[in-house]
Amino acid sequence: MSETVSPVAVNLRSVWGRAYVRIVGANREPSWIFFEGLLPLLGIAVYVFIYQAFGARAIATLVADPTLSDTARAAAIAAAQANVNALVGFVVLGGTMTAFWMNVLWSMASQLYWEKEMGNLQLYMMAPMSRMSLLGGMALGGIFMTSVRAVTTLVAGVFVFGVSFQLTDPWMLMAVFFATLVALYGMGMMLASLYLLYGREAWNLSALLEEPVFLASGFYFPVRILGPAVAFAASIIPAALGLDALRQLLFPGFFGGQFWLLSVGLELTILLGLCVLFLVLARLSLGYMETLAKREGRLTSRHQ
Amino acid sequence: MNPTISRHWRSFKWAAWLGWQIESNWTRPSLFAIYSVIKPIASAFILVLMYVAFAFIGKIDDPALFNFVYVGNAFFIFVGNTLFGTFQVIQQDREWYQTLRYTYISPISYYTYIVGRATTKVVVAAFAVLITLGFGVGFLQIRLVLALGDLPLFVAAFLLGILTLVGIGVCLAALSFLTARHVHGLAEGIPGLFYLFCGILFPLSILPQWAQFVGRALPLTYWFEITRRLVLPPEYQIDTGIVGDPLTMLGLLAVSAAAFFVLSIGMFRWMEYLARKAGKLDMTTSY
Repeated sequence: MSETVSPVAVNLRSVWGRAYVRIVGANREPSWIFFEGLLPLLGIAVYVFIYQAFGARAIATLVADPTLSDTARAAAIAAAQANVNALVGFVVLGGTMTAFWMNVLWSMASQLYWEKEMGNLQLYMMAPMSRMSLLGGMALGGIFMTSVRAVTTLVAGVFVFGVSFQLTDPWMLMAVFFATLVALYGMGMMLASLYLLYGREAWNLSALLEEPVFLASGFYFPVRILGPAVAFAASIIPAALGLDALRQLLFPGFFGGQFWLLSVGLELTILLGLCVLFLVLARLSLGYMETLAKREGRLTSRHQ
Repeated sequence: MNPTISRHWRSFKWAAWLGWQIESNWTRPSLFAIYSVIKPIASAFILVLMYVAFAFIGKIDDPALFNFVYVGNAFFIFVGNTLFGTFQVIQQDREWYQTLRYTYISPISYYTYIVGRATTKVVVAAFAVLITLGFGVGFLQIRLVLALGDLPLFVAAFLLGILTLVGIGVCLAALSFLTARHVHGLAEGIPGLFYLFCGILFPLSILPQWAQFVGRALPLTYWFEITRRLVLPPEYQIDTGIVGDPLTMLGLLAVSAAAFFVLSIGMFRWMEYLARKAGKLDMTTSY
């Protein structure tokens, strides 16, 4: 006797099924909490200490400056400390976003290519589900896995590095954060299909999109330092706008607002636009990939 | 040639050749050259812009600290590349190419094979370090001075530093016999350990006291200290909190290199034994 299942139910099951292996599979190997949660903190701590070293040298200069009155010196030192706190906070937020970006690169964009190498791709292509559900499940599972690292970074920022945030609008903060994540993972879904077409170049492209994107998106410094033109161009990667908006919401008074790119509202609007754009492009590139698979019959050939 | 030496040399030579093919033959040489320098240059620029941001906000100008940071970051490329180069071999062969089972049973030294594969990364790193330093000297007012008389000390420190790194890298590679493929964090985090505790980008004295003790116990701290003392001009030397003459530090590096070599052999054999016992030698972890 055959059982009819609605397409919505099938796709929801697919989403959960693909997310499940990431959530549960990872928990079966708890070593990843140490490797993915704690070890990467060391790299972030380095950037924190760089700003603290800059701050210590600046304060030493202020202390030794004979031209300053005691009041002026105290005010200058307080301002330097506030700046260091904000910049360390920038690094902590950048470190949080690093976790998601690395996940997008290595566990979203490269994943279909990896599935092909593992021999799973043909099974996915044959399964009676939307390929968007598959990618959506990968994204949800990836967000869960990565959240551990992101939360660890935030907690370390507050309790180890002593960063103090000034949260003024928690709803806006949540909206910006989730819009950034959806846009980022939408981009990952789009790249997943495109990477599949480019064999080993895809792997190297992922490696190439680490430091240059950290640079162009201002992961460890205010992105406006790059100059407005470069910063706007870099905004095609949602992390740049997301970070800028999050920093505005958490450090509202930083340097008189001179380093912000756009207003938070506008950045959220653009991020929402990027969400739609990348999800549509992901759907189109999946369609293109499927067409290619049927026409050339080589999409599941490994080691190309 | 002695058969054992011959076997190791053959393993090393062909592994290095294979490593070079894997690294470079996915694209045209010109594109590969660009690819090899973009990452380190971007990494250097992150620090440059951090300095620019702070200098602008704090209205400070501190070329000595900037030179210190830039040179430390340039030489750190060796650390990241060598550690990742050795760490990735087992996972790459086991999970991606799924050739580990064939390589493993072939008549080679697998330990030497890993070292050979990592050699490619060291060569690529050397290229990237030269480009980064050249870029700094040409465009960012980085000043480098290396007296001819200091060259032997510089080379000796460099070789011992690389040998230490290879020893540590093989220890990590041995661990990867037992870990799943998604452990990018290990390759990212262990260099982070040295990045943080060895005073690569800031004077060791900025760290808390306990962390300074850790830093002084790590051999790479002395490699970077010797290197910066030799290549930065006297007016750009800053107090890092590390005392001692370079020759003593070189002695410490030599002892460390020997110790990590012995440790790497022990770790490799132990982890290999555990992986064989648990049937994990050719496992694949696809989630």
